[in-house]
Amino acid sequence: MSTLLTATPGQTIGPFYGYALPFERGNELVPPQTPGAIQFHGMVTDGHGKPVPDVMLEIWQADADGNVAQSAGSLRRDGWTFTGWGRVSTDDEGHFRFSTVEPGPTESGKAPFIAVTVFGRGLLNRLFTRAYVPGEELDDDALLAGLPEDRRATLIAERDEQGLRFDIRLQGDRETVFLRYPGQ
Amino acid sequence: MTALVNTDPDSASASQAEINAEIAAIETGYLRTGVEETQPRLDYAPYRSSLLRHPTKDLHHADPETIELWAPCFGERDVHRLESDLTIQHNGEPIGERIIVTGRIIDGDGRPVRRQLVEIWQANAGGRYVHKRDQHPAPLDPNFTGVGRCLTDDDGNYRFTTIKPGPYPWKNHHNAWRPAHIHFSLFGTDFTQRMITQMYFPGDPLFGLDPIYQSITDQKARDRLVAAYDHDVTTHEWATGYRWDIVLTGSNRTHFEAEDHDQ
Repeated sequence: MSTLLTATPGQTIGPFYGYALPFERGNELVPPQTPGAIQFHGMVTDGHGKPVPDVMLEIWQADADGNVAQSAGSLRRDGWTFTGWGRVSTDDEGHFRFSTVEPGPTESGKAPFIAVTVFGRGLLNRLFTRAYVPGEELDDDALLAGLPEDRRATLIAERDEQGLRFDIRLQGDRETVFLRYPGQ
Repeated sequence: MTALVNTDPDSASASQAEINAEIAAIETGYLRTGVEETQPRLDYAPYRSSLLRHPTKDLHHADPETIELWAPCFGERDVHRLESDLTIQHNGEPIGERIIVTGRIIDGDGRPVRRQLVEIWQANAGGRYVHKRDQHPAPLDPNFTGVGRCLTDDDGNYRFTTIKPGPYPWKNHHNAWRPAHIHFSLFGTDFTQRMITQMYFPGDPLFGLDPIYQSITDQKARDRLVAAYDHDVTTHEWATGYRWDIVLTGSNRTHFEAEDHDQ
């Protein structure tokens, strides 16, 4: 891929996005009472292991059958259309929670994952990561195969009674693997 | 040698002179390497809040797959036309200098980003945000919230009418002030192009003193965040105009003409 133009630099989201970006039911890709709905949830911590209360997370994922949604309507949800995208801020204890479905494989045999973007005060640019759904397809995933065992584990969500748990450690012990895409 | 720094982001213990010296030392080191940087550093100690929040390991290379080659869609259902005018959201006119901010969003290959969501938020003319944690003792303006949205047109253009934001103090160090800016949140055609940034105004005297702006170590890259005054955007007896074009990272998806008909 040859990129002709240099990208505009990013900057931190800062502390004051709270009245501007989060929106009603931003974290409900499907309403929580929907059959098959799961909670995708976790905690964001800093280099001292302390919860980070002002991080904003966005997720983007396929539906349960592995289809990529191309429907508008995320910002004013009708409670029916699956748009595949959601946004939420961590609470005062650093927790976040989305109501969604477990994504299916977009191609047969591919390991399904939820694409995650992290924004926060103190983060000078956004961070990308993947939250893989646990399953046997993980063994054949090229990205996971290229990581040492301990780092690999940071990208795999854990199944619990609510759905999928995925903690994000910005720095330090078991620091989450963050991604750089080509041209970045 | 890294000097010991207070990691409490609200301690405001350093002086501006100490912050300036840290900024200058990093810039000198950058110029010595001769390798061009185009994005902010994640590890940038003069911005104290970054100390415990930046990853210490290198970002891991990923070839985008399936879901990452697509971006969420937004449409008329999501954004009302009037949301691009931040001066008409209340009963009266906001205080301050009315401005138009417009520009074009393209990807790294020069393709316009069509019919995509742009979100902005900002302080009012006095440098105060509506946010409850903003304790700066400048007045709130009952006629200004400072939040806007629009969809780009078929050629990738966006356009907002707003009020020029004021600079404001923050607690990074003693007597720290942010240059006036508007926050921009942007989507592309691929998930990988998602970005949030800040647009600045030309000639701001606070540029050299601001560790967030200076976290982009390269002057040419920093300049890319500064809008240009454009008299062709300025409108007669109504508002002054600024132009700011945005380039997202290159798209990794194969583009087909048929997509232009996808809404």
